[in-house]
Amino acid sequence: MTKQVTAWLQAAPMAVVLLAFLVAPIIMIVIVSFWGATEYSIYPDFQFDNYAFLFGSPVTYTVFFNTFYYAGITWALTLVIGFTVAYFLAFEVRSLKWQIGLFLLCTIPFWTSNIIRMISWIPFLGRNGLTNSTLISWGIIDEPLEWLLFSDFSVILAFVHLYTLFMVVPIFNSMMRIDRSLIEAARDGGASGWQTLRHVIIPLCKPGIMIGTIFVTTLVMGDFITVRFMSGSQRANVGRLISNDISLLQYPSASATAVVLLVAVLIVIGLLLRLVDIRKEL
Amino acid sequence: MEKRSRSFRVLSVFFALFVLFLYGPILTIGILSFQGPQGGLTFPMNGVSLHWFRDLFQEQSVGDIWGSFRRSFALGFMVMITTVVVSVLGGLAFRKRFGGATVLFYLAIASLVIPSILVSLGVGLIFNQLGLPIHWASSGFGSQLTWTLPFGLLIMFAVFNRFDKSYEEAARDQGASAWQTFAHVVLPIIAPSLLGVALFGFTLSYDEFARTLLTAGSYNTLPLEIFGMTTNVTTPVIFALGTLTTIFSFCIIAVFFVAVWFMSRRKGKVSDAGKGMV
Repeated sequence: MTKQVTAWLQAAPMAVVLLAFLVAPIIMIVIVSFWGATEYSIYPDFQFDNYAFLFGSPVTYTVFFNTFYYAGITWALTLVIGFTVAYFLAFEVRSLKWQIGLFLLCTIPFWTSNIIRMISWIPFLGRNGLTNSTLISWGIIDEPLEWLLFSDFSVILAFVHLYTLFMVVPIFNSMMRIDRSLIEAARDGGASGWQTLRHVIIPLCKPGIMIGTIFVTTLVMGDFITVRFMSGSQRANVGRLISNDISLLQYPSASATAVVLLVAVLIVIGLLLRLVDIRKEL
Repeated sequence: MEKRSRSFRVLSVFFALFVLFLYGPILTIGILSFQGPQGGLTFPMNGVSLHWFRDLFQEQSVGDIWGSFRRSFALGFMVMITTVVVSVLGGLAFRKRFGGATVLFYLAIASLVIPSILVSLGVGLIFNQLGLPIHWASSGFGSQLTWTLPFGLLIMFAVFNRFDKSYEEAARDQGASAWQTFAHVVLPIIAPSLLGVALFGFTLSYDEFARTLLTAGSYNTLPLEIFGMTTNVTTPVIFALGTLTTIFSFCIIAVFFVAVWFMSRRKGKVSDAGKGMV
């Protein structure tokens, strides 16, 4: 057997799975987005009604705006928190054992259930929750704050809680690859801590920041469950628009929205890759 | 001992707060799941009891929890085995040059960034149109693989980038066949990292929600069951369930770490196996 054939055979299972469960479904969504629907069923067709309705509705624009809004704020917060945590682990913690131990401490929640991590905010944020009762007992507020749960605040809090990890891991990885002598050289050259951070560490962390950014923005843009759960169905993003259509069995309309969402996600990734040439940086 | 700088102290506090932010909520529901029978979803505690855990074990009190747990466990196991095998094969393939390697690589990356609900919707539509029954072990299984395989492949990249090829060459020089080289040289060396792939495969499947939403069919997996409960259960029983399944996840993670530790200790040297997992 030649090497080439062996390699194809070894790659085949992965290719088959991705073709069947990723490529084919996306093609199917594109096709169905041109279909028609009655109240109970969908039928093959080629019409642009779904798109016309989507772009004709003012709701669409609000919902897309919300989606970008959540993605932008979550990105900024996870970047600042994730960078700081990664910096602490990579540069302030000195022993490798502690670095690995504390790093794992940050990653373990990734392997537990997102739904439960969302549910676990209820006792904190509810009207009679921990935050409100603490603030009242300290005399900071008289009335319970209503905006803690089922609001943009709780949605973004949950996003940050769930996804900061996706920033910490790639940034930490970039930082661990930085040659320590570069930092010493900067210090010897008279750079202050901030200057070293600004001109040495941050530029060298760009690939990690980029990967984290792609993860966080695409996860937030594609989300539907966090927004639904944490806002108590009072806020909407594109994902919720799709899942609402699905629950009404309006698959063609859901597919059209999904196609637009996919295009939006791809545009964002394209723009991000334009800002930093990731292949050059790796 | 060297005196630590002010930045170390400030950042330590920041890090501690971050860890508290990560684990605080889950610890809180852990405590609240021991609410007394009259207790509610928030503090104060209304007595301490095992009432809500007992509630979970009573059949039919809140849906088919144990059935869904069994399904999630079986599915996690299937996804884990498949992810390990397919990722190792994929990793081996990418060590050689082959036509279409770049396309396959970008497909795997695309699989990570494409919103899960698209996979869920698309797979559901295909199965419907082909007249195939939607079932967690067929459509649900395939959908979850689109999330676990890319992670597996990336871990294999990290593993093979660090792999010292001279071990293989030595084996080949001694007359080992390709299969013998793989089974007796490569596999034992990469084994601890495969546990990392397995951990991703199992836990990501066990907790997956969006990709199974439209592809699980009439029998729910555990995350779907829990989400269903959030809309109609208003007692701490949901905290008890959350606590139990989180403890279960922690146990699974611990088992993997102990296994990795044990395997690398047996190899008699400090290995970078743990790195493959992160």
